[in-house]
Amino acid sequence: MLILGRRFARPARRPAALLQGLPYLPWVWAGAGFVALAGAAVLGVLVGPVHIGLGTVVQSFLAPIPWLHMTAIDPGQASILWSLRIPRVVLGAIVGAMLAAAGAAYQGVFRNPLADPYLLGAAAGANLGATLAIAFAPGSTLIGVNVVPLAGFAGAGLAVAGAYALGQTVTGLRNTTGLILAGVAIAAFFNAVQTYVQQAQTSNIRQVYSWILGRLVTAGWDGVLLVLPYVVLSIAVIVLYRRLLDALSVGDEEVTSLGISARRVRLIVVVAATLGTAAVVAIAGTIAFVGIIIPHTVRLLVGRSYRVVIPLSLLFGAAFLMLADTAARTVAAPAELPIGVITAFVGAPFFIVVMRSTRAAAL
Amino acid sequence: MSDVVLTNVGIAYESDVVVSGLDLSISSGEWLALIGPNGAGKTTILRAIARLVAYEGEIRIGEQAVSALNGRELARQVAMVMQEPHMPDGMSVAQYVLLGRSPHLTYFGKEARRDQRIVSDILERLSLQAMAARPLDHLSGGERQRAAIARALAQQAPILLIDEPTSSLDVGRQQEVLELIDALRAEQGLTVIAAMHDLTLAGQYADRLALLVGGKLVALGPPAEVLTEPAIASHYHAHVQVISLNGSGRAVVPVRSHPSEVTP
Repeated sequence: MLILGRRFARPARRPAALLQGLPYLPWVWAGAGFVALAGAAVLGVLVGPVHIGLGTVVQSFLAPIPWLHMTAIDPGQASILWSLRIPRVVLGAIVGAMLAAAGAAYQGVFRNPLADPYLLGAAAGANLGATLAIAFAPGSTLIGVNVVPLAGFAGAGLAVAGAYALGQTVTGLRNTTGLILAGVAIAAFFNAVQTYVQQAQTSNIRQVYSWILGRLVTAGWDGVLLVLPYVVLSIAVIVLYRRLLDALSVGDEEVTSLGISARRVRLIVVVAATLGTAAVVAIAGTIAFVGIIIPHTVRLLVGRSYRVVIPLSLLFGAAFLMLADTAARTVAAPAELPIGVITAFVGAPFFIVVMRSTRAAAL
Repeated sequence: MSDVVLTNVGIAYESDVVVSGLDLSISSGEWLALIGPNGAGKTTILRAIARLVAYEGEIRIGEQAVSALNGRELARQVAMVMQEPHMPDGMSVAQYVLLGRSPHLTYFGKEARRDQRIVSDILERLSLQAMAARPLDHLSGGERQRAAIARALAQQAPILLIDEPTSSLDVGRQQEVLELIDALRAEQGLTVIAAMHDLTLAGQYADRLALLVGGKLVALGPPAEVLTEPAIASHYHAHVQVISLNGSGRAVVPVRSHPSEVTP
């Protein structure tokens, strides 16, 4: 008993945290995020017009391992699984994680709860680029890639670069208001041009609308491989800068007195978030609302530090978009709904419930 | 050495000249109070030393020109407590004070245990340990001021700039905060440069006072020399009585020049 008592009395190997009150990622929420991610992925893979059971999916994953001696699944099912469903689910996860993380990053950089990844005109630019490509170069390719996503990517990058340059000449980046207003002006201008082109080319109007409202292409792994490098780079920078996003919350002047250049942080995070956003917008269209509701839901439920908001936004953003895409392709099957309709239709009421049931002051 | 030397410093906001031709030398471990009527340029001078505003002339810390240091190097030399620090809602005291370690971290860096230990010691020293986990928006005025000072101390900079350390505090908290700054100065050999509105407090805590009027230095010296009735009458347009307190300390009491008769 004495020995046992002594053993229990021994101090824990890892001493308790030196400081109380530091933001940390709660294991429960991180776990919940991974469960949501896995659940949404499984659902996305299983649900579709052709029935493929969970057993078949597992078998398909395990068959290539030689020492298990499992038989390969039916080639038709394997093709649906590996060329259609799994790449689409993976793309959904990438797009959702990217938009949610970019939204959180924009909110931190601009210290503005209404900021989303499209604040500086990324959506308007992408829409204009894609509309021009659909209207004037339908079906053409550039270096083997469909020109529409390329034009969308270029349009998004151009719009944000334009807004940044304009904002800088107006206020010298001393405050973010000039930048936000520049983004509003650029977006309004691009939207006007886009609407004009769309009206003048009514024969393509359905295609343009479908692009604007967003959808995940079913082009196998090409789309995934196309966006992955940009998204990985973008998310890596945002994750590494999460401490500085917290620091920015004391305001530009005080953060400067701490030896941190608010301008530099803002530029790097905006460039990174825009790069990733432009890539996913190019492939999936301008999916609305994910960049706003996911980070805010995390803030309301878990905490406001970006050390919590960024990682959980990645997980829940990915899960949310995978679920939204599964709904988009099943609710009105065989027709497919634009995914942006689902994210807003389901996301908005959900967000209102979260807002009402938690401390809205936490916003 | 962490002497602060300003040579022929001029500061303008666009075309408005706020400070001109300022020569000022503050020696290591000294407490200098910048005093003067509203708009004299007190805060602006602090902001220039922290390089938050562009200036002409030269500001040196020891052997180094402030303009030659990068942001993190400067923040390891100079810590500033703003008059109204922005305290983000929901952020805990511990996280806020830990931000003061930023000058010692790279952009991609993360606070180590050592940084946490430094912050923990500071919180204990400033009696904030018990409220480490408390959100900033739940603090009282005096506690907020202590949290702001704690964040500055976490920078471990030898020079502490404080803008109006006692504004919006009651008389008890005013004394508490100034005594704390004085004790920290003695313990850690800090150089304190403070913009101070309250002449009585400035006259008791500061070693020297720099009286500024319209961005120019008009008097510099110990409180007994600077706080005189004629000087205050001419520069503040105020009728005061200056009372001598324990040695060089001075209290400045406003006096009505034509008291109206009190009817019973």
